[in-house]
Amino acid sequence: MSETGNKNTVKIQEGDPNTTGHEWDGIMEFDNPMPRWWLWVFYATIVWGIGYSIAYPAWPLVSEATSGMLGWSSRAKVEAEIAAVETANAPINAQLEALELAAIPGHPELEDYAVSAGAAVFKTWCAQCHGSGAAGAKGYPNLLDDDWLWGGTMEDIHTTVSYGIRNEESDDARFSAMPAFGRDGLLEKEQVSQVVNYVMSLSDTPQDASQVAAGAAVFEANCASCHGEDASGDIYQGAPNLKDAIWLYGGDYETVYETVWNSRYGVMPNWDTRLSEAEIRAVSAYVHQLGGGE
Amino acid sequence: MSNYLKLIVLGVLTVFFMIAAGYARDLAYQVHAVILMLVAGGLFLSTLRSTDEPVAAPVTGEYLDGVVRAGVIATAFWGVAGFLVGTFIAFQLAFPVLNFDWSEGFANFGRLRPLHTSAVIFAFGGNALIATSFYIVQRTSAARLWGGNLAWFVFWGYQLFIVLAATGYLLGGTQSKEYAEPEWYVDLWLTVVWVAYLAVFLGTIIRRKERHIYVANWFFLAFIVTVAMLHVVNNLTIPVSIWGSKSVIVWPGVQDAMVQWWYGHNAVGFFLTAGFLGMMYYFIPKQADRPVYSYKLSIIHFWALIFIYIWAGPHHLHYTALPDWASTLGMVFSVVLWMPSWGGMINGLMTLSGAWDKLRTDPVLRMLVISVGFYGMSTFEGPMMSIRAVNSLSHYTDWTIGHVHSGALGWNGMITFGALYYLTPVLWKRERLYSLSLVSWHFWLATIGIVLYAASMWVTGIMEGLMWREVDANGFLVWSFADTVAAKLPMYVMRGLGGVLFLSGSLVMCYNLWMTVRRAPAKEASLSVAVPAE
Repeated sequence: MSETGNKNTVKIQEGDPNTTGHEWDGIMEFDNPMPRWWLWVFYATIVWGIGYSIAYPAWPLVSEATSGMLGWSSRAKVEAEIAAVETANAPINAQLEALELAAIPGHPELEDYAVSAGAAVFKTWCAQCHGSGAAGAKGYPNLLDDDWLWGGTMEDIHTTVSYGIRNEESDDARFSAMPAFGRDGLLEKEQVSQVVNYVMSLSDTPQDASQVAAGAAVFEANCASCHGEDASGDIYQGAPNLKDAIWLYGGDYETVYETVWNSRYGVMPNWDTRLSEAEIRAVSAYVHQLGGGE
Repeated sequence: MSNYLKLIVLGVLTVFFMIAAGYARDLAYQVHAVILMLVAGGLFLSTLRSTDEPVAAPVTGEYLDGVVRAGVIATAFWGVAGFLVGTFIAFQLAFPVLNFDWSEGFANFGRLRPLHTSAVIFAFGGNALIATSFYIVQRTSAARLWGGNLAWFVFWGYQLFIVLAATGYLLGGTQSKEYAEPEWYVDLWLTVVWVAYLAVFLGTIIRRKERHIYVANWFFLAFIVTVAMLHVVNNLTIPVSIWGSKSVIVWPGVQDAMVQWWYGHNAVGFFLTAGFLGMMYYFIPKQADRPVYSYKLSIIHFWALIFIYIWAGPHHLHYTALPDWASTLGMVFSVVLWMPSWGGMINGLMTLSGAWDKLRTDPVLRMLVISVGFYGMSTFEGPMMSIRAVNSLSHYTDWTIGHVHSGALGWNGMITFGALYYLTPVLWKRERLYSLSLVSWHFWLATIGIVLYAASMWVTGIMEGLMWREVDANGFLVWSFADTVAAKLPMYVMRGLGGVLFLSGSLVMCYNLWMTVRRAPAKEASLSVAVPAE
């Protein structure tokens, strides 16, 4: 008994093969043989499987598995591939390590190599924070411009990449800390507001122009020692230039206020324990040529 | 007397869950304790109210179809819910802004993804399997379901499992094993329900009035027994506290990974393949009104399938900490599995020989047949992707996602839709479906949706696989991971659109089934009571 529109068919038609004689709820079964091609392909896969498992590591025995006639191993294969690349690049890496850092940019043979190797290092290790195009993000510096917190020469970049910034792993990490002027009670709320307006006035329009003059005095007494009398920053202590309208965390009133009140503490890992010297030099050269290298 | 016992047990459980809610160490556990308290308390009250009512004599003469009707409704409901979540998370991947700040921690992609996979596999697929197996085992055994109301316990117990699993995912109660996310107490509950399911199914087969066991029931039984084994072994965990959802798996490291994918792959093999082949072996011959093509083939491919499938799991772990020998064996068994899988396709398709013309007039049969087509495609693609060299390109890419969906949407989805179209008029005693042209609409919406989905995932999967491995002359990677993500956007949008079409098709189906129950002409009274033969 079929339900939807099949009323006119005859279950068993003329020329049909024999059925097995079973019937369940009206369902019968033909006594057809298995399709030959199906059976032969099935046998073929079994034969192939036996052959393959003899050729490759497969059957577990008492203490270890069969290792296969071909001696193939996934780990050996990847080790060989890595070793091949390392051997091929060894001479040029040695050259890269021997050269004066400042001489790498513009070097006829090495620059192309360093930049493509550095790009790969950057995309693997640096892009997570600085972006795959190196444009940075809030709190992570843009590496495409010529505004450098800790300097933009090959030497400077190489040091930053090698030891990082404010991390606890490397003794040579670059270090400086801005005081939390508000949180630690160094400045009153009103003074913070004044200095924020002053800082904003250096590159843009302050939120409240009447506070700028007072802010200048606060700046001179509290900020100028690091950021400089003219607020142009100091690459020796990673103090940002405050006049160039380039902001690491943001230049609106609330964000600058937050920066002065709580301070900031951006951290970058050291890479000297994770990357080879050649890789660090390569990524330094890559970052150097992105647009702002000095 | 048994009512008093029930009252004591339910009362104790209610109080226990109340205490558990109070001591709860995490939110998921607390919400679950409250849900369980309400369920136990509600059952306590309803038992109390009916305590002195006269007991109706148990029905024995006719098939137990009420539970199958409930299963049909649950299948349609969870299907739509699962497809909706799936479509939403597809767009979350294309447009991350849909991970709203306010929904962070319960409706971001990470929380919704297991909700989607479990909703479609276990809620939609599981309900479809339970409902159709209960229907089919009665018809092909000519016997009423064994165990009285035990079948109803299986149905409601399974719904409770779904609710606990789903709410757990949203609240962070997960053991982070793919397709086995529910935490320890949810696993324990499912074990109880599953044993009851096995008892009902096996009890009915034992009481059968036919001499032989029909092939569909072999597949259902293999599915029920194997899933029980997989579920228990993969979920052997030790709870950190009886008052919290967190637990720690007993398997260490790579052995845990191996057990997980032994489970994961056989969830595909026995839940989504063997169980659904059981459906195929009933509904295709019924709808085509033709005998099954080859009895011999059904025997050989059944035993070959269940013997070989169980070893194929390691192909999920190529090029990992898993030893090479295990990886080789997983690959070899996967390739040998190709023909046993295709045996089901051949038997399904060839059953139509002599009835091919029906495809022109019967969209339900068309749906069943295209599902077998998608089954054949996926079971060729799977062995191919398990080959190490192919896998080194395809693994971790969207190709895998496309492969899973051509199987899940095409095979499991379409055959379930066909089964629902078959069952609804029968179970609600209607002469026919409300509208065959709406079935055609559903067929085309779903088919085009699957094609968009699978094609976009092939393109994006192979593209990202090639981008990940592309190196320059010196052996340096050319692309960053974020570059590959950016390149996938157009295909992700296309995949989302495929999901919208598939979802729309399922809504058309729900409307059609609803109108079939409400509007389609009733069947003559003489045929309206389903009675076992003989």
